[in-house]
Amino acid sequence: MSAITEAALPVAGAQRSGSRAWKKLKANRSALVGFVMVAFFVAVALLAPVLPIDDPAATSWSAVRKAPSLAHLMGTDEIGRDVFSRMIWGARASLIAGVISVVMAVALGVPFGLIAGYFGGWIDQVISRVTDAMLAMPFLILAIALAAFLGPSLTNAMIAIGLSAMPIFIRLTRGQVLSVKTEDYVEGARAVGLTDFAIILRYILPNVFAPVLVQATLTIATAIILEAALSFLGLGQQPPAPSWGSMLNVAKNFLTQAPWMAWWPGAAIFLVVLGFNLLGDGLRDALDPRET
Amino acid sequence: MSRILLAALLAGSALASPVVAADLRIGLQEDPDVLDPDQSRTFVGRIVYTSLCDKLVDITPELKIIPQLATAWSWSDDGKVLTMDLREGVVFHDGTPFNAEAAKANIERSKNLPESRRKSEVKSVESVAVSGAYQVKISLSAPDATLLAQLADRSGMMVSPTAAEAAGADFGAKPVCSGPYKFVERVAQDRIVLEKFADHWNADAYHFDKVSFLPIPDTTVRLANLRSGDLDMLERLAATDAASVKSDAKLNYAEAVGIGYQGITVNVGNGERAKNPFGEDARLRQAFSLAVDREALNQVVFEGAFAPGNQPYPPNSPWYNSELPVPPRDLEKAKALMKEAGYETFDLEVQVANNPVQTQVMQVVQAMVAEAGFKVSLKSMEFASLLQDQTAGNYQASQVGWSGRVDPDGNLHQFVTCKGGINDSKYCKPEIDKLLDAARVSTNEEERKAKYDAASKILAEDLPLIYLYHQTWIWALDKKVEGFVPYPDGMIRLADVMFKS
Amino acid sequence: MLSYIIRRLAIAVPTLILVSIFVFTLQKLLPGDPALIMAGEDRDPAAIEFVREKYHLSEPIPVQYFYWVKGVLQGDLGVSLRTSQPVLGLIAHKLPVTIQLAIMALVIAFVIGVPAGILSAVKKGTVIDYAANIVALSGLSVPNFWLGIMLILLVSVNLGWLPASGYESPFVDPLRSLETMIMPAFVLGTSLAATLMRHTRSAMLGVMKADYVRTARAKGVRELAVILKHAFRNALLPVVTLSALLFGELLGGAVLTEQIFTIPGFGKLIVDAVFTRDYAVVQGVILCAAAGVILVNLVADVLYFLVNPRMRATL
Repeated sequence: MSAITEAALPVAGAQRSGSRAWKKLKANRSALVGFVMVAFFVAVALLAPVLPIDDPAATSWSAVRKAPSLAHLMGTDEIGRDVFSRMIWGARASLIAGVISVVMAVALGVPFGLIAGYFGGWIDQVISRVTDAMLAMPFLILAIALAAFLGPSLTNAMIAIGLSAMPIFIRLTRGQVLSVKTEDYVEGARAVGLTDFAIILRYILPNVFAPVLVQATLTIATAIILEAALSFLGLGQQPPAPSWGSMLNVAKNFLTQAPWMAWWPGAAIFLVVLGFNLLGDGLRDALDPRET
Repeated sequence: MSRILLAALLAGSALASPVVAADLRIGLQEDPDVLDPDQSRTFVGRIVYTSLCDKLVDITPELKIIPQLATAWSWSDDGKVLTMDLREGVVFHDGTPFNAEAAKANIERSKNLPESRRKSEVKSVESVAVSGAYQVKISLSAPDATLLAQLADRSGMMVSPTAAEAAGADFGAKPVCSGPYKFVERVAQDRIVLEKFADHWNADAYHFDKVSFLPIPDTTVRLANLRSGDLDMLERLAATDAASVKSDAKLNYAEAVGIGYQGITVNVGNGERAKNPFGEDARLRQAFSLAVDREALNQVVFEGAFAPGNQPYPPNSPWYNSELPVPPRDLEKAKALMKEAGYETFDLEVQVANNPVQTQVMQVVQAMVAEAGFKVSLKSMEFASLLQDQTAGNYQASQVGWSGRVDPDGNLHQFVTCKGGINDSKYCKPEIDKLLDAARVSTNEEERKAKYDAASKILAEDLPLIYLYHQTWIWALDKKVEGFVPYPDGMIRLADVMFKS
Repeated sequence: MLSYIIRRLAIAVPTLILVSIFVFTLQKLLPGDPALIMAGEDRDPAAIEFVREKYHLSEPIPVQYFYWVKGVLQGDLGVSLRTSQPVLGLIAHKLPVTIQLAIMALVIAFVIGVPAGILSAVKKGTVIDYAANIVALSGLSVPNFWLGIMLILLVSVNLGWLPASGYESPFVDPLRSLETMIMPAFVLGTSLAATLMRHTRSAMLGVMKADYVRTARAKGVRELAVILKHAFRNALLPVVTLSALLFGELLGGAVLTEQIFTIPGFGKLIVDAVFTRDYAVVQGVILCAAAGVILVNLVADVLYFLVNPRMRATL
């Protein structure tokens, strides 16, 4: 394989559209708003250890379920812990859960999708059937069953969500591969004698990148809600470690006496998820070749 | 002529005036399981049975045994034969008469039905003989003081032998008993509806035409339903809602300290994981127990509504050993004991069920014992896994409770005797076995109390089980419901309960 | 067409088998001994043994699976370990409840989402479009269990307008049924409304560029008529078929919603069953849910095929 023949082959359109996409993204107002929201929460989560806030695990028998005040900006919870502080630390749990589970889903789903789409045949059949089976089960139920199997903890909830989200990326990747596989430059690359692995890496993967990025961003939003849902059912982050979902789980028992325990975690989940959705939306608009 | 007509019209209109049906709607915490007293295993199932099925004997709020379907009873001198005289004129919902034959068939069903979960409760029963149309003689293989108390619960519930014969294990789909209310319908996870049984032997004491049980697991939603008038009463009001119900003019509040307990079971002899200092050295366990401020725990989590405890029986129980009162927190002594055992700090893993209340309790305990040097890490588990790990010995300490039994033996024997069926800590001390085995066969109350007192002294030293508190059953009722009497077993007895007119 | 349908149905069979194997194995691997749980607090050894025997719980997993499949082929999905009720009966009772919830949610989603989508498409690029998009995304972003809790607090506890829980069949008491289901349907519907709005918007945008729309405008047809009669009618079918694909999402969303509003439906049944290790129920419910999702997807695909003249041409 000579360097000349390699360079002569047209690179799949990813590079050229890259700068165009970036310009579009910057112009998209909602995406910008989304990015700012996400960045805010990420910053809060990262800075948690150095912020001048109370210890999120510090209990206080005298300050049980106190309404928001100067001493406790968001009130206290059922055993006297500062809600504001737990909200900030809870951001870590939610964001980590969202991001890592999606990273897992992508890391597992994309390779399977590539293999299924590229090689076709019986390996495609097997992977597709398994994917169909997983997609046929309602997402949340699958996650609940997996989380129950692994045991209630944040890590296991992430694994459960990651595994549940994996089929989405398998299908997405496979679809992309199928549409790119028949393009001329891929044929050309094969004719020149590039290995399958090299073809996948160099020509197919870049085309998969954009839709996967969009889907990943949107799936992070879903994953954050799923983690909250699992924690709400008692299967995610366990107390005393703070998590917005488990805070909601406890808060529902004190709705009438201490409603603030429920407002904050719910609002936070809403805002961070909205941020990811706006961002993902903007990415989709920017990277979608049809929308000019 | 016209006066007679007028009188007839007036009489007619009086007869025709609509009678308002008195329907009672009760909110339950869970959905009952199968509605067969011999197969059932849930607490809420027993609440339904209280109205659906009569039992041989019942209890008073002071836990004394009183007649229900059995009017009198006596033990033989050797304590191995219980003779019971049965009430006459009782009939089952399907018309089958209740008599000695029926009682015999019922006890045998509890023993012999393959699906029966009552077998261990009537284990001591060898045979039942019909000694008269309304008298049975129950022969035991060995004296058993707990039998009467068992007959005051599901084992003593009488179901119609004809229906049981016909349905076999599927009896629960359409239960036929002899209680004041008979079964109408059940929609799983939605409602159970009973209606008044006109031929009940005590029908006049029951004033509702229909009783519906609605399972609503969320405590806030249950209370909201009561407030909005969609329920007339509910069981297990959240302790933190007690204050608002008490101050609500439209609601009534009733409570009774339950006969169960909640505590921490320590693995002292169940497999490999028992081989750690906490399981081997009683001083560490004593330090742990002393570091817990039970009063404050009760205050923070239950707003003072529950009862702090240190024995299997609540302090207001006749079986409580008053020489061992609930210890106040003693941090100094706790630290001293730890030092004696050779530890400044100690790491401990405690399993807890992943529901909000128990998790809250353990988080408070965790914070409290931290001040004595215990670094507790909580392992939240689903109940199913918790149970499995506990029985397999795969735990260091586990926070569990027991719903409680009327007879003191029921709260203790199976947990701390060497071969006890629910002895997950695998605690084994021959003196305890001797004391508890003897207490279980004696029918002399004083003798039994002395034995239980002696046992509790030993257990307070060894602490295979660190008792924390006793749950109080709390009911909230609509103001119009009057006559309700709270019982320590948590049951809702509807005799003489009615709507204010 | 027929061969397409048959092919799809044929593929559905191994998929369903895979689903059942996967769920069965997962359940059996769940920690916790169902015999222990079902035997009751007293843990009577005789009772535990009996449960193990009767439900073949001590046998190896493939053997247990075989017993289950045998039952299914005879129409018996097993019994609930907890209440001894037959699973098929439980499903038959609870599925209509969840279907009612799903239909009401879909209606709400349509009523909110479709007009918003049309408006958004017609006013593309303006503030209205932008605002509608934000509202739609907000609907998608709100955790529906939180929305449910907040609604209960506001509407049931504080205002007392609607009951906080319970269910009544519409055939028994339609008004009560509406009262008990409107809040959960709204909670479930709002996130769907968002998705529907976006689908409608993109479908409308696609259609409005079409020739027949331009023709209608050129002919002088009023704008409103153009939008509704020409554009929307053609955009509707892809929207409908796409929303059929949301069926699976609906089932998932129903799980939590039913939990919060105590609706005795499919979703609540399965959550409770997973936690009590009620195998037969979980197995039966997931199998039905999966079959439902596959079927609905097939119907949607067929509809899309038929509706799309370009694809019809390829038949």
